[in-house]
Amino acid sequence: MAVTRPPIFDAGVPQSRAQRLYATWLDWGARLGLLALVLGFALYVFGVLNPHVPMEQLPGLWSQPAASYLKQTGTPTGWGWLALVHEGDLLNLVGVALLTGCSLPPLLGVAALYLRQRDWPMAAICTLIVAVIVLAASGVLTAGH
Amino acid sequence: MASAMQRSTKPAHRLRGNGLLLALGLALPAQAIAAGGASPAVAWWLWPLALFVACFLIGIVAVPAGIGGGTLFVPLIGGFFPFHLDFVRGAGLLVALASALAAAPVLLRSGLASLRLALPLALLASASSIVGALLGMALPAAAVQTALGLIVLGIVALMLGSKTSEFPQLDRPDRLSAALQMNGVFIDGASGRQVDWQVQRTPLGLVLFLMIGVLAGMFGIGAGWANVPALNLLMGAPLKVSAGTSGLVLSLVDSSAAWVYINRGAVLPMIAVPSIVGMMLGARIGARLLGVLKGSVIRKMVIALLLFAGLRALLKGTGLWP
Repeated sequence: MAVTRPPIFDAGVPQSRAQRLYATWLDWGARLGLLALVLGFALYVFGVLNPHVPMEQLPGLWSQPAASYLKQTGTPTGWGWLALVHEGDLLNLVGVALLTGCSLPPLLGVAALYLRQRDWPMAAICTLIVAVIVLAASGVLTAGH
Repeated sequence: MASAMQRSTKPAHRLRGNGLLLALGLALPAQAIAAGGASPAVAWWLWPLALFVACFLIGIVAVPAGIGGGTLFVPLIGGFFPFHLDFVRGAGLLVALASALAAAPVLLRSGLASLRLALPLALLASASSIVGALLGMALPAAAVQTALGLIVLGIVALMLGSKTSEFPQLDRPDRLSAALQMNGVFIDGASGRQVDWQVQRTPLGLVLFLMIGVLAGMFGIGAGWANVPALNLLMGAPLKVSAGTSGLVLSLVDSSAAWVYINRGAVLPMIAVPSIVGMMLGARIGARLLGVLKGSVIRKMVIALLLFAGLRALLKGTGLWP
């Protein structure tokens, strides 16, 4: 049976334009996320920025469930940490958010590409994955707890 | 022959050294727990430091063993460190995510990961991983720990019993995979030949990935251990494409599940960041050792570690070894 192959580029290494675009955007997004994570942690752990929860108090808190930790430290849930991003420990969530969100730009990029190629099913799948990640990130599903 | 033996002996020594260091890395926290856990006698910074060392060593053995770091991370760190399982699972998802993100671009460029194969599976798995994460956060820690122990012991059985097929031979793709063009071509580095591939049983594969997503979200262990057999043995993708595509699926599944843990405050930077950095540095060394170490030896060592960690999780969850 004939199999439709993806277009081949770059000296015999097979990759479609969508695949190359996704790889490049994901690569840069992941690098940015990791850089933000490491810089944020350095500012936190070397005491450049005061943390929301003093580091010496952590051993008494990290053995408790997350809900109990939040209650005792007054750490906000959902996106509430953004208002306290000047505090060393919560600044680290910027890097975490960049890492967990870095798949969104490549997904949107290839969705647009698939749309231009009239590949409706793949464009719809990309858009739905974006919707799932955005829904998870929105905090709607975890609100009220 | 003699020089080849010399070459293989050195890494074997190194491997035994790594195993010993990993055991020491885990023994330190275990001793401290026995001596009073989070008592002020133990300097707070020793924990993140021990965590960094343990993750570095896990990273070294995880790559040559062909298993995601997250699979070892959650049962080992959850079993031997004083951190609550909520924070360990949150960090475990980020560890698995960071590893998958680091590898995915290279695998995509080489054709060893397929976007067209990954995206439909990742859609269902990422949606169900949110359900799994919500379930995991809602259930009592002891119940999750017990279930984790059982799952890890199941992974051991899977690693011991499962066969893989380097290049499965398929007669024809199913209608869904043909419609979505879930096929491709890559150059096999070992033989230098061009390999065309296609997949079958896509509807069944989608159902399986729905379940895999729940497990990944609930336990924070990544799911490469389940993705690869599903892609290779069930759907018939070549082994290398299965391993590469599994990483791409993980990068999307773990992104969704991780947000549930972030929004619930279960990501503690002091636990997550040393874990991620330690694991990624260890994985770089593990990747370099990949060519010189004997995969089967490392695999046996990782199976033994998983067996130990699985039993520990089971006994901790049931209260027999708190």
